Amino acid sequence: MATPYAKLPGWVEYVLIPLINLIVAFAVAGLVVLLVGQSPIRAATLLVDGAFGYGEGIGYTLYYATTFIFTGLAVAVAFHCKLFNIGGEGQAYIGGIGVALACLTFDTILPWYLTFIVATIGAALFGAAWAFIPAYLRAKRGSHIVITTIMFNFIASSVMIYLLVEVMKPAGTMSPQTRTFGEGGQLPQLDWLMAIFGLDIGGAPFNVSFLLALAAAVFVWVLIWRTKLGYEIRTMGFSEKAARYAGIKDSRIIIIAMLISGALAGMMALNPIMGEQGRMQLDFVAGAGFVGIAVALMGRSHPAGIIPAAILFGMLYQGGAEISFEMPEISRDMIVIIQGLVILFAGALENTFRPAISRFFGARAAKTPPVSVGSAG
Amino acid sequence: MNETAIELIGINKRFGLVHANKDISLKVRKGTIHGIIGENGAGKSTLMSILYGFYEADSGEILVDGTKRKITNPNEAIAAGIGMVHQHFMLVDNFTVLENIMLGAEDSAILNKGIARARAELKRLERDYALEVDPDAVIEELPVGLQQRVEILKALYRGAEILILDEPTGVLTPPEADHLFRILGQLKDQGKTIIFITHKLREIMAITDEVSVMRQGELVGTRQTADTSVEELASLMVGRRVLLRVEKGPANPGDVKLSVRNLTVKDSRGVTVVDNVSLDVRAGEIVGIAGVAGNGQSQLLETIAGIRTASGGEVYLNGKPVDISGKADPAELRRRGLAHVPEDRHHMGLILEFEEAESAILGYHDQPDYLNGVFLNVDAIRKDAEAKIKAYDIRPANARLKTANFSGGNQQKVVLAREIEQDPDVLIIGQPTRGVDVGAIEFIHKRIIEMRDAGKAVLLVSVELDEIRALSDRILVMFAGRVVGERDGEAGEDDLGLLMAGIEEDREAAE
Amino acid sequence: MDIVVLTIESTIRLSVPLLLAALAGLFSERSGIFDIGLEGKMLGAAFAGGAAAAVFSSALMGLLAALVVSVALSLVHGYASITQRGNQIVSGVAINFIAMGTTVILGQAWFAQGGRTPALTGDARFTTIDLPFAEALADVPVLGTIYSDILSGHFWLTYFAFAMVPFAWWVLYRTRFGLRLRAVGENPGAVDTAGISVTWLRYRAVICCGILCGFAGAYLSMALTAGFVKNMTAGKGYIALAALIFAKWRPVPIMYACLLFGFLDAMGIRMQGQPLPIIGPVPVQFIQALPYILTVILLAGFIGKAEPPKAGGVPYVKER
Repeated sequence: MATPYAKLPGWVEYVLIPLINLIVAFAVAGLVVLLVGQSPIRAATLLVDGAFGYGEGIGYTLYYATTFIFTGLAVAVAFHCKLFNIGGEGQAYIGGIGVALACLTFDTILPWYLTFIVATIGAALFGAAWAFIPAYLRAKRGSHIVITTIMFNFIASSVMIYLLVEVMKPAGTMSPQTRTFGEGGQLPQLDWLMAIFGLDIGGAPFNVSFLLALAAAVFVWVLIWRTKLGYEIRTMGFSEKAARYAGIKDSRIIIIAMLISGALAGMMALNPIMGEQGRMQLDFVAGAGFVGIAVALMGRSHPAGIIPAAILFGMLYQGGAEISFEMPEISRDMIVIIQGLVILFAGALENTFRPAISRFFGARAAKTPPVSVGSAG
Repeated sequence: MNETAIELIGINKRFGLVHANKDISLKVRKGTIHGIIGENGAGKSTLMSILYGFYEADSGEILVDGTKRKITNPNEAIAAGIGMVHQHFMLVDNFTVLENIMLGAEDSAILNKGIARARAELKRLERDYALEVDPDAVIEELPVGLQQRVEILKALYRGAEILILDEPTGVLTPPEADHLFRILGQLKDQGKTIIFITHKLREIMAITDEVSVMRQGELVGTRQTADTSVEELASLMVGRRVLLRVEKGPANPGDVKLSVRNLTVKDSRGVTVVDNVSLDVRAGEIVGIAGVAGNGQSQLLETIAGIRTASGGEVYLNGKPVDISGKADPAELRRRGLAHVPEDRHHMGLILEFEEAESAILGYHDQPDYLNGVFLNVDAIRKDAEAKIKAYDIRPANARLKTANFSGGNQQKVVLAREIEQDPDVLIIGQPTRGVDVGAIEFIHKRIIEMRDAGKAVLLVSVELDEIRALSDRILVMFAGRVVGERDGEAGEDDLGLLMAGIEEDREAAE
Repeated sequence: MDIVVLTIESTIRLSVPLLLAALAGLFSERSGIFDIGLEGKMLGAAFAGGAAAAVFSSALMGLLAALVVSVALSLVHGYASITQRGNQIVSGVAINFIAMGTTVILGQAWFAQGGRTPALTGDARFTTIDLPFAEALADVPVLGTIYSDILSGHFWLTYFAFAMVPFAWWVLYRTRFGLRLRAVGENPGAVDTAGISVTWLRYRAVICCGILCGFAGAYLSMALTAGFVKNMTAGKGYIALAALIFAKWRPVPIMYACLLFGFLDAMGIRMQGQPLPIIGPVPVQFIQALPYILTVILLAGFIGKAEPPKAGGVPYVKER
């Protein structure tokens, strides 16, 4: 980490290197496709076609992207404070309680837009609450936040199974889920938005929480780069010594950064619960918290990078479904591989190709290492 | 006695743009204690790391006992009979003494036999050199002096004939240091060759036979210790730097603005680093603290600035007490009129990854001028930064460039502009011109004097004696955590040099 | 009585993979390489074992394949963490995902049974071993029951796993390799200045980790069950990690921690809604979450302090 790397032009640092890492990740994934005796090119074509070739596909792509914008932003905010919040999965899961409670209470008495506001607050509160204990333990007792947040993912899973099986399931039904919400607990599609572009999203659950995700991205940008709090978070992330010099209270900043991170992860629950299913089911997060890590790493913790990265993963999820339909040998688990490869090449091996690229650009050695995120909290 | 144990010929080493060792040639005679002295960053440790195979030299030769040796890793150094006691001990804290001594020299894959041999060998070393230490004690429970003894035993266990000690007294109390000197004397009597690295003149005079002086990566001279003096070594160390003496009129001291009473500070190991220090700084005067690096000046500064916790004493700012129990918030002290230019520009004074304009508000980021409610007022911040860039001639004149892209001198101007332009009552400055180009030095010095003339109280810490003498109206000398003397701004270099070496103090103690 | 015997028996059965994986993590983490990829390595090994055993009808071939795959994944982690000085957490997460996806894709492509490998029969699966005279002694009260019902009749991997506890202790505390490995996790500078290669030492530690994870995976797909099932580790790698932390990175306490967590697992399965004596009804999910809750409490420093190896998670760079 302290290895000095040459200073590179901005576009190389922020566009070319991530792109190369991404291409390598996809190339390796292509090898897996070859290994199962299929054509990677056909798979790639199906992927892009399935994700962007028609209105409903685009609708689904953006539906998935909505989820990943939330979880990607959650991971990014913590990264800026040099905290590795691996617990987005659990925070999103618990965030679902807030959404479900709001919908179960108000779905028959309030219109959707009012329920949505209450549900958003609920999701953020529950998600933040789940991040609070690991944050507090890190700030006050120095507990390793990676381990505590992993543990909290599993605890969240047990809590949710218990709640859905024993508490929130309507009497007399078998499946572990809440009752289906009334109209006031379901978000309208954004079909009108897509209609502007002449697209018909059909049954795709692309809904208004996408707009909230975009707003959250703007919020995070403003927070990190345009507020006093964001300034303090970044100072903490870069140098604890400088934070102390500047009179910044480290435990306070750690806890606040984690609360914001947890709240963003929690808000992810709005999309599947209110936007698609109209009820809370077991396992609705389905790994989105972890995808957030890949998205944040690829997007370099900047909303302008996170949104395209989230759309890329949305494309993988939607296009992946399409591939598995046409090429049964390649199930949707292919996405999980690609996700792992992206995390590997854009995260752990982010500097692998840097020396060669530096040589290519003939850059001289500079004293400062590039910003490296999340060296474990 | 006259055989050469080590000969270095034309050693060169660069780290990026830094030329850490420039064409160094050096002979160390067998059975002597050879001192290498120089200021921080003079390249002493780099040279010794090359000799120990920790770094590889870019060019040059190493001769051990007259034969050319290729030393590219510590193994080869150990094989050549070279042992090293590092400045930061290379010990495993939760291992026993025995385990640490065996590490890397275990004899066989299964430890049993090795343990028996190590125990026996340790007994022998203990007897031969009077280096007693409990082999089953855990390192982290031993006092620092004993830990260092384990490092020495480690080298001897590997059959070292030549022992390098890198700043060995930095972490020791005076009695521990005296004990170390006795041990080194014994080792010399047994025929070992010792290379002793330090920046403390007194130690050189006390135990070495010969001394080489390094300055800015170069070896500037070698002397027989008996034939040289503290004054000569000091001037070799510092050199005659071209320092334009800044014009300054007489001081006009007013009320006491900063007052420190009986301040005592301990470091994380519990060693007292600031010992019962009292001082006053009045409005309109510059008080300089002279001293060789590592005598408590840095900790004194950081404690006054609220970054460190004191274990005793009081600090008053504008006549009102400051909480020194660790709760003194640097932000609160700033609001009360204290500005601080820290020694460690890179990790404390600036955020290298920030835009210049962002670095230029560090510590003042909660001031209403820079905020719109909870939001940063980016326009105001950038305008402010641009104004300072103009006023302080900071280059490149671009407030949106990353701080890392500015040279050392320009970075220092960023910090200085930030702290001075807040119009504080008290300014404390650590090493204002370290790593700063000559052009910027004069500018920075002028600004500091302007602060004084504007009626501010300035407390200056610098290891550059010339700088202290050029700027200060009163000079305090720190040695071993204590203020050992006070002089006026006209004090002579020799006079101060003796104080800095702790010699004056010894004389006073003897009387 | 029966219930007690059965519970103890299943506790042992369920704690074996945890024990092997936690000991694997012990080697890696004591050398300063954090490993949250235990789960992925175990999963990859379980799949390779199940697949190779089915194809070659040989448990031995299965074990071999499991070891190869697990070590290969370890080396990826080693390359990222040691050579490239990447973030060890990120690398571990990546390996977990790669294993999770690849096992299913390859399983489906090669065997077309929905991600399963074919059921193992005969020589393709590990068999249980009856200790000598187990049958004859079964009727001796108490001691006979303990001998024949609890100690006898396990897979050889079970005995192997428990034998690994003293062995790991011996390696770590009584051999040159162990001494150096523990040293490099605490202060790599001390190892480097002693003329030992930090890189090679850490690679060897990571390989040890891969081997033990390979055994853990093989146990899952070739002993505990007869074949690989999609995502069959189901968080066991993380429980093993929790056990490792809970035991404060020491071999014998790791065994106790794994037995405790294995017992909780066995209880969770056995209870299924039945009330506990004295305590009354306890949600089964609480029992399942207990290992994680206990680990968090430990990490918070309320029951002794869990101090990880000092150099853990930090890539080694020579200091100037």
